Amino acid sequence: MRIKRIIPEPITDSDPMPETPDLALMNPLIEKYKTRKGNLIPLLQGTQEIYGYIPREAFLKLNHETGLKLNEMYGVATFYAQFRLKPAGKHIIKMCHGTACHVQGVTAITDELSDLLNLKDGETTEDRIFTLETVACLGCCSLAPVMMIEEETYGKLTPKEASKIVKEIRRNEKLLENEEN
Amino acid sequence: MKKATVIVGLGSCGLAAGAGKTFDEFHRIRQADKLDFEIKKTSCIGMCFREPLVEIIDDTGKYLYGSVDVKRVDEIIEKHIKNFSPIPEYIIESEKYKSEDASFFDGQVKITLRNCGHIDPESIEEYELMGGYEAMRKISNTNMSHEKVIQSVLDSGIRGRGGGGFPAGLKWKFARNNNSDKKYVICNADEGDPGAFMDRSILEGDPHSVIEGMMICAYAIGASEGYIYCRAEYPLAIKRLNIALDQARKKGYLGENIFGIPNFNLEIQIKEGAGAFVCGEETALIASIEGERGMPRRRPPFPAESGLWKHPTNINNVETLANIPWIIYNGPQEFAKYGTEKSKGTKVFALTGKIKHGGLVEVPMGITIKDIIYKLGGGITGDKKFKAVQLGGPSGGCIPEYLSHTIVDYDSVNATGAIMGSGGMVVMDETTCVVDVAKFFLDFTQKESCGKCTFCRIGTKRMLEILTRITEGQGRQGDIELLEEIAHTIKDSSLCGLGQTAPNPVLTTIKYFRDEYEAHIRDHKCPALSCKKLLTYEVIAKNCTGCMACAKGCPVDAIEGEKKQVHHILQDVCIQCGVCFTKCKFKAIRLS
Repeated sequence: MRIKRIIPEPITDSDPMPETPDLALMNPLIEKYKTRKGNLIPLLQGTQEIYGYIPREAFLKLNHETGLKLNEMYGVATFYAQFRLKPAGKHIIKMCHGTACHVQGVTAITDELSDLLNLKDGETTEDRIFTLETVACLGCCSLAPVMMIEEETYGKLTPKEASKIVKEIRRNEKLLENEEN
Repeated sequence: MKKATVIVGLGSCGLAAGAGKTFDEFHRIRQADKLDFEIKKTSCIGMCFREPLVEIIDDTGKYLYGSVDVKRVDEIIEKHIKNFSPIPEYIIESEKYKSEDASFFDGQVKITLRNCGHIDPESIEEYELMGGYEAMRKISNTNMSHEKVIQSVLDSGIRGRGGGGFPAGLKWKFARNNNSDKKYVICNADEGDPGAFMDRSILEGDPHSVIEGMMICAYAIGASEGYIYCRAEYPLAIKRLNIALDQARKKGYLGENIFGIPNFNLEIQIKEGAGAFVCGEETALIASIEGERGMPRRRPPFPAESGLWKHPTNINNVETLANIPWIIYNGPQEFAKYGTEKSKGTKVFALTGKIKHGGLVEVPMGITIKDIIYKLGGGITGDKKFKAVQLGGPSGGCIPEYLSHTIVDYDSVNATGAIMGSGGMVVMDETTCVVDVAKFFLDFTQKESCGKCTFCRIGTKRMLEILTRITEGQGRQGDIELLEEIAHTIKDSSLCGLGQTAPNPVLTTIKYFRDEYEAHIRDHKCPALSCKKLLTYEVIAKNCTGCMACAKGCPVDAIEGEKKQVHHILQDVCIQCGVCFTKCKFKAIRLS
């Protein structure tokens, strides 16, 4: 995954440009870490915590206010699997592809969800409801195969159950949307 | 009659199995029925296959209940708490009843996991009740010198539990002997091996033991600052560590002149890893704390000489550190009583895969792999044939069934070509294809290679390509030899542990299962019936009801047949995707 992410994905016209984020939200974070040694990763983690990803403007602001170099930040952000440079969906589905889950057949489940949502690993649905990600290990090996959506872990899955869970979330989202309209 | 106490196990896997809801249900009924019993929480006791686990303690003793989902709570309260009549069929273990599953605990020796599943991990008082921080008090009260502490750790014979197996005492001695005004102690909690979760369980279940271990280490080597480098994927562990650190600070166990030892100052902070397997490697971990890309550096200089911010640094794994307070308090000889000549003490294993009783076990070194799998683990799921066990994750290897008498110690395991590693033990049965497992690990290391060393970066990719084509029936004569050649080159020319061990899963599977590789390459067959592209799918006529589920699911329309008539698969159109097999509810699709 990392190798893939080192190559920056070009921003094409078809990509919906996210609206400019409220950069003032970062001020307390910058205040806290500004003078600390080794602050680059905590700053990026904090930024992602705020926006769900690291917007381009945030890099520029960090560069401007802390003096961290843009190339170094970008290097780190593309090295670690945790960081995103594009907004993610509202619900991030983390499919555990650890050894135990692999042996218990998680690949079939990921394929099922992949088909259901029409997504590949790391992609987000057009309506920005779901992002599908494979992760190395969630550490619940005896419940394999496992997936995690937000803080909730689902164990002993079958392809059918997994798609039921995802469909359920999607239905709730649609209901919510209709109510808002 | 004394008040009953209900203790619910709330570790990550317990929560995933629904323990949170069980916990809430006990609260709800207690409130609704105005009952008088205490509800406490603890963490993982290791018995993951029976989660959620609930222990009830009353006048008559302790009762461990298994698989307590929300629906059973009412019944347990009604019968056990209100009417004092325990329910034998739900009990795993108590003084009177012992279910078959209780054999899981037989033969276990709990040193590292001494408090896990017994205390509330968010309470420093409970840790102290179990003898917590007594090791630090012993050092302070008996004026134990730095040298004596190090000597104790050396005498205990404890070796690094993170995988390397380097004697911990020796590491401390090197860090001690380097003079510097500033030294660091780091706890490596970047447990990245897929299939291993012992560090997570310790951090979630007994965070203070790790903190006390770091204190002792800091005292011994003369460090004044500590870092716990923990995976961000373990939110619960991080939360509980933060609580534990706050409690320790409030009690004055962190800060200045701690435990009344003059000039012994220590502050510990948590660094969240950002998701890179290579950061489990010492020098990469240091680079990551410094805010850089986690790429390993050349050794020497070793971290003991020039580590974090170029100061002497000692790095130990979570499990190693959790043992230290026990060793200091009970004496090194007590620890060395367990184990073999060169591997002392106990080891925690995460037992997973095709095993009946999956979970976390702590066993004395020297036990055989067979005993772990059959006595503690209860054997293979579905009583299938045991094929091999994978030890050490992506850096380790497969040990075949006929070597399962191998004892668990660093040297015996290394002799098989696997490594002890951090303790992931993934059991495989006859339906697991070893070539596919090797491919799985290579896929992992290839993605996780940091890219610094050419052979690791490109070599693992080429090996993965070869393995992929073998599992897809495109293998060529000479592929096995080519794999071996690349493997040895990667091992010889990589800087860090990741590259040096990455080919192990392939080399061990070739060593023990060469015939399976050959079957894939020469006969285009997968003996375990696991590699989809090498299978043929057929309809079993007598089972087929003609429901058309397979035909509708088939992406290439390779299945013909009318409704309520036996279907037929057109072999020349079939792409071996396996959809029909998963769609069929009547077991009417045969693999061969």
